[in-house]
Amino acid sequence: METVWFWLLAWMLGTYVVLDGFDFGVGILHLFVAKSEAERKQVIRSIGPVWDGNEVWLVAASGTIFFAFPKLYAISFSGFYLALMIVLWLLIFRAFGIELRHQMDDPLWTQFWDVAFAAASFLLAVCLGAALGNLVRGVPLKEDGTFFEPLWTDFRVGQQTGILDWYTVLVALTAVLALAHHGALWLNARTDKAVAERAGHLAGRLWPFVVMLSIATTLATVVVQPNVSESLAARPWGVVFVGIAVAGLIGAYVLRRRGRELQAFLASAIYLYGMVALSAIGIYPYVLPGRDPALGLTARAAAAAETGLVMAMYWWIPGMLLACGYFVYLYSTMPAKFSVHDTADH
Amino acid sequence: MEALTIHRFQFAFTVTYHYIFAQLTMGLALLIFVLKTMALRGDPVANQAVRFWAKILGVTFVMGVVTGIPMEFQFGTNWSRFSEAAGGVIGQTLAMEGVFAFFLESAFLYLLLYGERRLGQRGHWVVALLVFIGTWLSGFFIVCTNAWMQHPVGYEITPDGVIKLASLSALFTNPWAIPQYLHTMVGAVITGSFMMAAISAFYVLRGEHVATARRSSSVAVVVGLIASVLAAMPTGDIQAGLIYKHQPVTFAAMEGHFHTEDGAGLVLIGQPNMQKMHLDNPVVLPKVLSFLTHQRWDATIVGLSDYDRKLWPDNVELLYYSYHVMAGLGTFFTGIMMLSVFFLWRRKLHEQRWLLWALMLFLPFPFIANTAGWMTAELGRQPWLVYGLMRTADGHSTQVSAGNALFTLLGFMGLYVVVSALYFFLTTRIIARGPESDPTGHEFEINAGEPEKAGA
Repeated sequence: METVWFWLLAWMLGTYVVLDGFDFGVGILHLFVAKSEAERKQVIRSIGPVWDGNEVWLVAASGTIFFAFPKLYAISFSGFYLALMIVLWLLIFRAFGIELRHQMDDPLWTQFWDVAFAAASFLLAVCLGAALGNLVRGVPLKEDGTFFEPLWTDFRVGQQTGILDWYTVLVALTAVLALAHHGALWLNARTDKAVAERAGHLAGRLWPFVVMLSIATTLATVVVQPNVSESLAARPWGVVFVGIAVAGLIGAYVLRRRGRELQAFLASAIYLYGMVALSAIGIYPYVLPGRDPALGLTARAAAAAETGLVMAMYWWIPGMLLACGYFVYLYSTMPAKFSVHDTADH
Repeated sequence: MEALTIHRFQFAFTVTYHYIFAQLTMGLALLIFVLKTMALRGDPVANQAVRFWAKILGVTFVMGVVTGIPMEFQFGTNWSRFSEAAGGVIGQTLAMEGVFAFFLESAFLYLLLYGERRLGQRGHWVVALLVFIGTWLSGFFIVCTNAWMQHPVGYEITPDGVIKLASLSALFTNPWAIPQYLHTMVGAVITGSFMMAAISAFYVLRGEHVATARRSSSVAVVVGLIASVLAAMPTGDIQAGLIYKHQPVTFAAMEGHFHTEDGAGLVLIGQPNMQKMHLDNPVVLPKVLSFLTHQRWDATIVGLSDYDRKLWPDNVELLYYSYHVMAGLGTFFTGIMMLSVFFLWRRKLHEQRWLLWALMLFLPFPFIANTAGWMTAELGRQPWLVYGLMRTADGHSTQVSAGNALFTLLGFMGLYVVVSALYFFLTTRIIARGPESDPTGHEFEINAGEPEKAGA
């Protein structure tokens, strides 16, 4: 049963990365793609109806970790204490950047929130990437099963790692560029005029860097975390996800060049799903690998009692179907293109 | 300072602050739904009111979201031993909040604020209903979680000390859950009603936006009176009965009842003196506590001194004051709402300037009463984290040192000063601009960016 929850959780986190990822990307690029006040509004409008719902995936996923893998929730959240508090504070600023900017039509007010939105989006992408890096690399779990990571130590991937070391910084950089690329494709697909053009151009410029960094990160991961090769050897079907990620990334480029903007965005989503799935396979059967492999926390050890995991299925499946229904409705009621000329709506 | 104290204070501070916005959101969501229903039955003024209050709701909701996310995270970050032991149970209700309430709210709040034109009146009414349901479901799952901590049910303890879920339905049929939920919700409705009444009174006193203000205040005082009465009877009464039955030590402490007595009196006022184990300067209604608890004037009620000291709540004085502040303010709420409804019925409410002043100045007190109520629940639960199962001292994250926790506590305090300043600034701005003057209701201009053009 815990294996089922492991994959459901990977799916939730993947969906979170794909959805909140594009509005992070939009935030990272906000100051570059939108120059005038009308354009800035256009960019914010293009994520206005959905960003909050996208963020709920994070809350729902952490709730799922809480009941399905209570030990993982307890050990990782307290071990990453400092980093998570920074994430919480950044989320506050980011939300304000989106929701408070339009409350007052004053240039200093809007400029302040534009920069807050952009900076918080960038830093959150860094945190998200570093978090994934930590999860894959493994954390310095002690004999008693806990750990506490400082923000950084000596930047080497040794036994006493910090949240930031060369490997997690590399993953963070990949995340920033991949999400910026993802956000650019969203803007390219869902806005018009200058913003869409600049976003399309930026997507083209970012793409080679995303490719290079994805390759570099993948190679580094194999070096840093030996479990990845073992796990893939035990589950050769996992290689399919390499193909999916590569196809998504190539598709994002080719489809954008052919003017199929929405399909290019969806291809980028497939690439992100593929990368998250690969990370999940890479750490399985652990949910929190240790720097000392013997101390790693496995899905089985972290899972709640079987009865509770079975009971949860009865509400979780209908609940998530309902949630997916809201998303389909919400996205389908959004205009196909957010126009720079439309100032009558949020 | 000890790490435990700081972890407790950080959670108490962040959750108290979050609940300022959460209670107002839940209260306003109901009132907006009532006004929208009136609008659908052909009341254009009520529709103006809906648009205005939705703006206040929108800003309040954002503050609730940004201060709410830290709450879920802090179970893991600051209370990891508790999360590890009890996550299999309370993780379920907390995750349900995300899956059933947050997705619903986040999807439809936007449409409530900006979707009226696109959805049409009937669609907008449905959205108002969905936002109301979403916010109240959110409260339901949180109260079920808290009710389990107050009175754990439906669990088994495995040999290695982990609390596992034995029955999911038991969490919702917990005898503690429904009364606590209803009591909490009527408390939120009181806050929403007073907020609406206070701002409307402000407009009527100034002679601005009078039509919208009159319609809003009429709805607010009627709903506010119903909620104030329900807060005492039956929900508050049932809640007190539950505490007496399941947490008798807490009951004695919060009532300021130090010594076992036949025919115990109800303390109205007085300061607990823990050295001498009595109340200084008490004002007591003789025999009333026995009567309220047992429906017999001379029934015995066991006093605090007859319980093992290890079972006492660790801050008896604060618990006592919190409870009395809540109950005392609740009495005033009923009084002021009763007067308002009386004058409304005589069609003279909006001429009673003294009463409008009182309604306006009462704005902070429902927030204080709701906070005091939660302090009563949470201080009363001490020294237990899960009543009778796990002590608070056994729940916090030992790997997070006192210094790190103090750093983040101060960080939250500083950040929340900024949040408060922004909230005050934005709400006073919305209030100063007032409800839309456009009578057609087609141009719903909230933040299209050119507020000057909208003529507000």
